[in-house]
Amino acid sequence: MGHVVSAPGKTAAESPRPQKNYLNEQSGLWSWLTTVDHKRIGIMYLIGIAIAFLLGGLMALLVRLTLLTPDHKIFGSSTPILSAEAYNQVFTLHGAIMVFLFIIPSVPAALGNFVLPLMLGAKDVAFPRLNLVSWYIYVIGAIMAVASILLGGIDTGWTFYTPYSTTTGGAVTLMTMAAFVLGFSSIFTGINFIATVHKLRAPGMGWFQMPLFVWGIYSTAIIQVLATPVLGITLVLLALERVFNVGIFDARLGGDPVLFQHFFWFYSHPAVYIMILPGMAIISELMPTFSRKTIFGYRAIAFSSIAIALISFIVWGHHMFVSGQSQMASVIFSFLTFLVAIPSGIKVLNWVATMYKGNVSLEAPMLYAISFLLLFSIGGLTGLFLGALSTDVHLTDTYFIVAHFHYVMMGGTVIAFIGGLHYWWPKMTGRMYNEFWAKVACALTFIGFNMTFLTQFFLGSQGMPRRYYNYLDQFQPLHAFSTFGSWVLGLGLFITAGCLLASLRKPYDAPDNPWGGTTLEWATQSPPITHNFEGQPVLEREPYDYRPVGAKVGH
Amino acid sequence: MSMTVVDTPGHGHHGHDPNQQHHFASMAQQFDSAKIGMWLFLATEILLFGGLFVGYGIMQGQHAEAFKSAHHHLDKRLGFLNTVVLLVSSWTMVMAVYSASVNKRKATVILLIITLLCAGTFMVVKYFEYSHKIHDGLLPGKYFSYKGPHLERERMFFSFYFMMTGLHGIHVLLGMVAISWLIFRANRGDFSSSWYTPVDLVGLYWHLVDLIWIYLFPLLYLIQ
Amino acid sequence: MSAHEHDHASSHGDHHGPKNPPRVFTAVLIALLILTFITVGASYVNFGSDSVNVVIALTIATIKASLVALFFMHLKYDKPVNALIAVSGFLFLGLFLLFPLIDFESRMDADDPAYQSKPAAIAPTAPAAPQH
Repeated sequence: MGHVVSAPGKTAAESPRPQKNYLNEQSGLWSWLTTVDHKRIGIMYLIGIAIAFLLGGLMALLVRLTLLTPDHKIFGSSTPILSAEAYNQVFTLHGAIMVFLFIIPSVPAALGNFVLPLMLGAKDVAFPRLNLVSWYIYVIGAIMAVASILLGGIDTGWTFYTPYSTTTGGAVTLMTMAAFVLGFSSIFTGINFIATVHKLRAPGMGWFQMPLFVWGIYSTAIIQVLATPVLGITLVLLALERVFNVGIFDARLGGDPVLFQHFFWFYSHPAVYIMILPGMAIISELMPTFSRKTIFGYRAIAFSSIAIALISFIVWGHHMFVSGQSQMASVIFSFLTFLVAIPSGIKVLNWVATMYKGNVSLEAPMLYAISFLLLFSIGGLTGLFLGALSTDVHLTDTYFIVAHFHYVMMGGTVIAFIGGLHYWWPKMTGRMYNEFWAKVACALTFIGFNMTFLTQFFLGSQGMPRRYYNYLDQFQPLHAFSTFGSWVLGLGLFITAGCLLASLRKPYDAPDNPWGGTTLEWATQSPPITHNFEGQPVLEREPYDYRPVGAKVGH
Repeated sequence: MSMTVVDTPGHGHHGHDPNQQHHFASMAQQFDSAKIGMWLFLATEILLFGGLFVGYGIMQGQHAEAFKSAHHHLDKRLGFLNTVVLLVSSWTMVMAVYSASVNKRKATVILLIITLLCAGTFMVVKYFEYSHKIHDGLLPGKYFSYKGPHLERERMFFSFYFMMTGLHGIHVLLGMVAISWLIFRANRGDFSSSWYTPVDLVGLYWHLVDLIWIYLFPLLYLIQ
Repeated sequence: MSAHEHDHASSHGDHHGPKNPPRVFTAVLIALLILTFITVGASYVNFGSDSVNVVIALTIATIKASLVALFFMHLKYDKPVNALIAVSGFLFLGLFLLFPLIDFESRMDADDPAYQSKPAAIAPTAPAAPQH
């Protein structure tokens, strides 16, 4: 295992602790709220999204509990757990919070902020102050979103479809403005990362010496920059529709509600890839590190990230097959949708090939990576059913699609995120988590997830519509099984949180490079010093080069 | 691992331009990064306005007759005047950037002031146009109360007219704030040939505002 | 500090502007003003079809926008990456317009007699033949 860098003044693998690092060099709340250090901002994002995940997760558990029985009552109580109106609001907020407050910023803004500059051998992102601003914008957006719960709630679903969203009561305008504000947070993060990748790579690091995590985050940033503004203007138009009746989405005034769906999905389909690409990016790090083997098909993975980002912009109409868009448009969109499967398949192939004949060690991050492979494959393949025009008409707006996107979003991104969190936890906090409990939690999460959502494929294919409060008695066994699964899943996630948080009580005990990683973030101490590296690291070997130092380097 | 803060090359400001931030290795790197960042921001602006342009394009196609009829309420001469004003302001802006890059401080300040005056003129003309529309009841959405003969969907045209020129006007106002800030700093002597990044970046923003108007003008005032 | 890819003495060391900037910029301004006159003039002429007028107006606008981007915004002399970003912005805007246009243009026209006859075909008294 060779170091990939020559960092001046740095030889000892183990150093006396506690040492000076970005966590303890300054202290006090004020030093955090005014920091421009990408690592601290990453941690602040992590706290923000953890709160959002907890909130959204509790709402999910509540939704599942409500659906346990057809009359929504448990333990012989006389009132339902949630009234129909409350149920509509809770699932809407679950979706909106999970999408806008959790998944979109999860990997890029929290882990990416922390890791990306380290991986590039840079001292910070290109625009540190903009980075802090984006965090404050995120917090303002989050407060607006929570305020909309208190000021009447919203029941439109996270998609805000017209004409319902322009006519229903509640705090829809406030919620759309919250999403608008959160969009700017996302845009600024994207701008920052693109400029950082272009200009702040360490000497010796060309585009194809960048870690694949960087490629994934870079592709994500392209989408953030090019798609998010359209969400902004769409939500402004929706708000103007509510306030002024401008009529663009109102058929009575000569507008067209389907146009809203075009606008919404022009952002929100690429946004799906804002969510999954960073998850894939993490897996591309975990696979070689825990297989002790050079990544298979580096360039294929790098280019497939870019390809996914670009293709994501031309497939949005597959959300609209039954919306009333023209058949011509549906056919074109259905055809284009299948293109996404190609780069996704390339990635899966390359990850599996990386493990093949590797020296695979099954620490918790790798268990998450393997979970990802299984769950994402299911999510991806069921996506083909939905991309095909004829089957989609049957499956649209059923639990099948709920199961599909949870397999991709949660089984994909969230699992990868948790895996990445375990992987970089020693770097971020300087502490090792308890491996045993992490593995238990991983197993429970995997089992609970499949209990919850595999069930829903069956529910959906049998015709159970999504978002419905009431259901036929015949669906009760499957609904109940799904709800039991959500408890197992919830337990797994709580143990994960407890396991990670418990490690913070310990003194610093993490080595600089606990996993034998080859990328630059492992070349500095754990936790890193404020300026990341002592001196400017220079890249001397390719990423994922696990051959001993001195071996001939080349392709 | 030492306990002291190591003063490695790159941090600290010894021997560096005072405008260089610690995480950049050189002024050129910092300048290039700022440029990329600004262009990315401009791309987001293009797509932000783009939503309105796409909506306009689709709805104009649906209600071509009404849009054609509605545009007669706009005064081509005022639209033309504002186009000329903005084009001239773009020229003074690019000249201000050039002056800053060759250390002509006084010329920079004067050119920026002219740019600001042009922007002000644009807004004044816009104010008269808006007043006229408001007086006639040619307002967006449910406030449309025009009494004269008109087609039903002309209301939609004025929704777009106010949203597009309104968003553009907000950008002009923000540009005026930014240019005022530049005038203050240029006058104080903050810029020189080795560092005039803010002038360059605000210049890019201002040209984009001009560029968007170049499309708004024919679409709103000149459609046949 | 061997540092990053670029290491110029001056921040603008690689900034290749035009030879005589004031002259070039002034020439561009004059061209822009002339084009503005032309586009206003063209709007008074009837070319036989409304869409011809729109095409002419948008073509002139695009020429003007290109002049502004190339010269005033320095893209002609700047690093290619910035031009790439600018072009991407317009390209993706094009995609954003293209697909809704395809949708709207290929929808069944409400004035089409075939469309108008449909309600009758699915009325309860009509034969239950499969319809499309």
